[in-house]
Amino acid sequence: MRNLTEILPSTPLPEVAEEKQLRNRTKIITAGQWWFNFALTLVGFAVAIAANIFVKQVANVEIKTYTVAGFNLTFNTLYRLVTGAVILLYMAIGIFSYFDPDRRAKFTGRAPFRFVMGLVLAAWDISGTKLLLLPQPFFPGPARILEPFLIEADFILENILYSLRLFFVGFSLSVILGIGTGILIGWFSRVYYWFYPVLKMTGVIPAVAWMPFALTLFPTPFMAAVFLIVICGWFSIASLTAQGIQSTPKSQLEVARTLGAKTLYLVCHVAIPQAMPQIFTGISNATGFAFTTLVMAEMMGQPGGLGYYINLSKVWSAYYKVFASILVMAILFSLIMKIIGLIRARVLRWQKGWVKE
Amino acid sequence: MSRNISETRDVILEIENVNYTYYDDYDNHVEALQNINLSVRRGEFLSIIGSSGCGKTTLLRLIAGLDKPETGKLTLNGQQISGPDPQRGYVFQQGGLFQWMTVEKNIATGLKTRRVYRQNKELVAHFIELVGLKGFEKSYPHQISGGMAQRAAIARALINNPEVLLLDEPMGALDSFTRADIQDKLLELHRENKTTMILVTHDVDEAIYLSDRIVIMTPRPGRISEIMEVNLLHPRHRGSTEFLHIRRSILEKLHLASAMPQPEYII
Ligand SMILES: Nc1ncnc2c1ncn2[C@@H]1O[C@H](COP(=O)(O)OP(=O)(O)OP(=O)(O)O)[C@@H](O)[C@H]1O
Ligand SMILES: [Mg+2]
Repeated sequence: MRNLTEILPSTPLPEVAEEKQLRNRTKIITAGQWWFNFALTLVGFAVAIAANIFVKQVANVEIKTYTVAGFNLTFNTLYRLVTGAVILLYMAIGIFSYFDPDRRAKFTGRAPFRFVMGLVLAAWDISGTKLLLLPQPFFPGPARILEPFLIEADFILENILYSLRLFFVGFSLSVILGIGTGILIGWFSRVYYWFYPVLKMTGVIPAVAWMPFALTLFPTPFMAAVFLIVICGWFSIASLTAQGIQSTPKSQLEVARTLGAKTLYLVCHVAIPQAMPQIFTGISNATGFAFTTLVMAEMMGQPGGLGYYINLSKVWSAYYKVFASILVMAILFSLIMKIIGLIRARVLRWQKGWVKE
Repeated sequence: MSRNISETRDVILEIENVNYTYYDDYDNHVEALQNINLSVRRGEFLSIIGSSGCGKTTLLRLIAGLDKPETGKLTLNGQQISGPDPQRGYVFQQGGLFQWMTVEKNIATGLKTRRVYRQNKELVAHFIELVGLKGFEKSYPHQISGGMAQRAAIARALINNPEVLLLDEPMGALDSFTRADIQDKLLELHRENKTTMILVTHDVDEAIYLSDRIVIMTPRPGRISEIMEVNLLHPRHRGSTEFLHIRRSILEKLHLASAMPQPEYII
């Protein structure tokens, strides 16, 4: 149980809101400023590549060559390719941003951060791989972290798919159940009376506490993990949905009733739409909890998944693989958050310009 | 067209001995309506005027079926009113458009709740046109002006083709041009559809311009102090002698009503 306490969740991932704030205070960026920041972005990563190429490998690190799809690659060449791809990506984004004042401001605003990111990569590469100044094997360099993708890309992909499957099954169930029960609790006072206390009491328990039950109650570990994710998302979504439904202004229901609306219409077309902002807050919170529960469940007895991969690598002290897994998680979970943010913006487009964002 | 309505004319809505009191959590109570008796004739345009807080909205809510009278009863076509019904359209004092629906969807609400949307889609465009909101079908309520929102709310109530249309100060937020425009629209609708209109307003001119009868209410407790017939031909002219005559007598009555000593203020 030791590793449980080691990786207890801090806070759920922040919402996508900060991006909006950056956009709101649009400054006018001149072409000159844009050029400077464009260059700044690229120079940072270029420095990272240059450091990898030109700084001599002092420490004794084994650099194996792998053959992938007919190409001979070491982790260093892969690292240069990836960083090069990042440069190309930012070039494309930068040029695209040039033509829109909002995007221009956003792009240039982040340039210093990207520049420093490139420098940090270079420094980390030198101290982590070239000179081995950082404590090993806990802190491999950034290039080294990419090595697992050369060694066992298939296996990593398998684990990614396992995690994704687990997440989607568990999370969609928790959204469906959470919104469903939330609506019932929020609308029917009888249901509220009997079930809200249960929700409140079980909701404060971290989902992984149910782990022992889950593992014995469910026939497969996959189902057990789904259960845990459902439990953790359900509480957050259900309670916020219930709150949202309960806060429906009486006047809006009255308007609908004079227009001939019956209960079903009142719930589906009045109570739920006006509760949507709250429901989405619940969903965003639940996403963060679900990631935590997912990884923890995988680290404690799943036959696959990114958490499982971490556990497996840790046993062999292959910390560069642990980092590789963390890197994948960072990208994957940000993408999921981004998608949820987009869905939210789409569903709540009626709020645009009406509420303070 | 003269509306010389005789007393024998068909009554659509009967309000008998209605009382209504609001209670709050602190044991206070406000007697909003006291002993209200009123017969509304089929197809008439009735206005209710009275100072703020005299129970006009309360009375409309009872007619709409949103609240139940403490004592007394309200009957529509001989049937006791037991709850809201699209037959009694209600334009709320604060409009109350659904913020999450476009203008078009808001107006279509009544068709959807009655499950007749599919057959009557073209009605939506018709009513949008009628209230002059063409081009704003896809706007959300916060993107249109207060007056436009109020017009959308009127269209939303009208689309159900109600027998009785209850209007709670629907033109309070409008400028005088738009106001005159909508007033004429209401008259037109009234004439064409024979809808019974019950309009709450603060505006004496508006009441005289539109109504067959005007109910004057007095506050605390809310009571009907007088019902006046307006026997003028349409179109009415706001400057005509008869108009001004009626206007003066209503203002006198309103003034008298509010100048009456009220028990609450006697120490
Ligand atoms: N929900 C409520 N709870 C308690 N008292 C209320 C409530 N609604 C109205 N009242 C009281 O009942 C009285 C009549 O209110 P009502 O809203 O019917 O007035 P009104 O004639 O429509 O006024 P206005 O012209 O300002 O809209 C007022 O004195 C008000 O204080
Ligand atoms: Mg009122």
